[in-house]
Amino acid sequence: MTGVTLFGLAGAILAGCGVYGLLSAGGGLGRILGFNVLGGGVFLIFGAVARRGAAAGFHADPVPQALVITGIVVAFCATALALALLVRLREVEAGPAPDDGKRETER
Amino acid sequence: MSALLVLAVTVPLLGLAPLFLLRPGAGARIAVAVLGVGCAITGAIAVQVARTGQALHYFVGGFPPPLGVALRADGFSAAMLCMSAMVLLLTGLFAIAGGGGKAPRMPAAFFTLLLALSSALNLAFLAQDLFTLYVALELLTFAAVPLVCLEGKAGQLSAALTYLLFALFGSVLYLLGVVLVYGLFGTLDLALLARRLAQAPPSGTFIAALALMSAGLMAKAALFPLHLWLPPAHSGAPPAASAVLSAVVIKAPLFLLVRLWSDLAPLPLAQAGAPVLAAFGALAILFCGVVALAQDRLKLLIAYSTAAQIGYLCLMFPLAAAADGQWSALAWTGGTLHLVSHAFSKAAMFLAAGLIAEAMGHDRLSGLAGAGRVAPVSVAAFGIGGLSLMGLPPSGGFIAKVMLLTSAIHQDAWWIALVILAGGLLAGAYVLRVVVIALQRPEPAEAGRVPPARECGARAGIALALAFAAVLLGFLPLAPFAFLSIGRPLSWTGLLP
Repeated sequence: MTGVTLFGLAGAILAGCGVYGLLSAGGGLGRILGFNVLGGGVFLIFGAVARRGAAAGFHADPVPQALVITGIVVAFCATALALALLVRLREVEAGPAPDDGKRETER
Repeated sequence: MSALLVLAVTVPLLGLAPLFLLRPGAGARIAVAVLGVGCAITGAIAVQVARTGQALHYFVGGFPPPLGVALRADGFSAAMLCMSAMVLLLTGLFAIAGGGGKAPRMPAAFFTLLLALSSALNLAFLAQDLFTLYVALELLTFAAVPLVCLEGKAGQLSAALTYLLFALFGSVLYLLGVVLVYGLFGTLDLALLARRLAQAPPSGTFIAALALMSAGLMAKAALFPLHLWLPPAHSGAPPAASAVLSAVVIKAPLFLLVRLWSDLAPLPLAQAGAPVLAAFGALAILFCGVVALAQDRLKLLIAYSTAAQIGYLCLMFPLAAAADGQWSALAWTGGTLHLVSHAFSKAAMFLAAGLIAEAMGHDRLSGLAGAGRVAPVSVAAFGIGGLSLMGLPPSGGFIAKVMLLTSAIHQDAWWIALVILAGGLLAGAYVLRVVVIALQRPEPAEAGRVPPARECGARAGIALALAFAAVLLGFLPLAPFAFLSIGRPLSWTGLLP
């Protein structure tokens, strides 16, 4: 088994675990973690694809590596946004806001 | 080379600076002015595409693909650009108009997000590279999610979180498809990929990649059965935000779905996959239409109607991919016209619903009797916008649905014809139900509780203008329909025998 196959399989397994986590986790935090595991798997597959450039005499194809950095940054921002929403939601739910809830159902 | 394409993406971002530097009020007015400039730029793009009769190109940094990244505007892109710029401008005007009385002023964050949406949408309509499109979709999601929870209530926050998780799941699936395509072909430029794909029959890996990208876009566009996030998110947001979300934000992933299946997929593959998309569309029209009928809240009803109307575009796929000469061309025109007319009518309906809820103090359908007297212009805007949804003449929705129906009948796709008719009946039922209740005389017991007429004229006028835009699309002469085919692959526009 070559390194590329190993990385590709590891990425596939991670992606599978991530999809399972995203679909089955109960709370928001579990789903955010599931998304990150899934994203990690996809980024690993990017790495495996980049190694295919080696066949053309290069050490590795730089384009997927450039793409994956963008992908990681985007996933990081998304996680931060999701966590901020989750924290805010917990705060609002915990706070004394029975009035808020009532207005919500009326509007 | 046309620099207009770059300006369409960058000018909205320039408008962000005053929002952070000036007072909120002045910043908001400048933001709306920038949206107006954006409208002029997209208009200029459309004029140039129509005049030259071919697609506009721009290579970023002067490097053509495969080295660089291309922007391209064909007739379909230009139509979507103009539609989204107009809806964003009118919604921005709605948000700064009036503002007196009980109506809360929209926060400066709303205008920031509106400008970000404008830039992200333009990029999604122009980009020619699968990865640039991924970035555009992510920018769109990051601008759209905060719009859902502008007021920070618990219900809105949880709707925004659900929306974000669905959208992220969709974008990861899309990204997985992108990396598989790159692994196969070593390029992500749509035109180069299409050329490579035309040389050999698509491999199983490419089919899997296309399926993954389509599933990701379906989650972002809220296509049945991935529509669950849409009703709470679109109905909970403030009216101006709902209007933008429902009218234009979900149109970008739908546009890309069309792009993938028409520009990228070889014709035999598109013909094999199209019935699956159409089946999802048919289920969306029927299922979400029935659920919309059962709603008791006006904004939820409109949100479910959005989830149903998305289905019509998917019905276009098997009809247009059949490469059946003029009948495919008719389906293509009908589907794209439906995207545009739905945007105007849905924006009008959400804005009108917001004004009705503001005037009546709630949006429960059971208590809306007498709304026709309190907010006559808003109810008129809602009804006229609804005309286009129902597919009644004269309206853009009518022309679009007649085109799809004619094409379906001529291609013996009887089940598509039946779904179009049933969807029209369902839309008629839920729109008329609202209008009939609103025009009723309130019951004597409730009469005292109906507030006196106090409608914001300027904002109701904007809702009415959007509704009339949807109707006016029905009066277009046939010339613009050829415009939609400029720069498109021949097989889909019926020009190929």
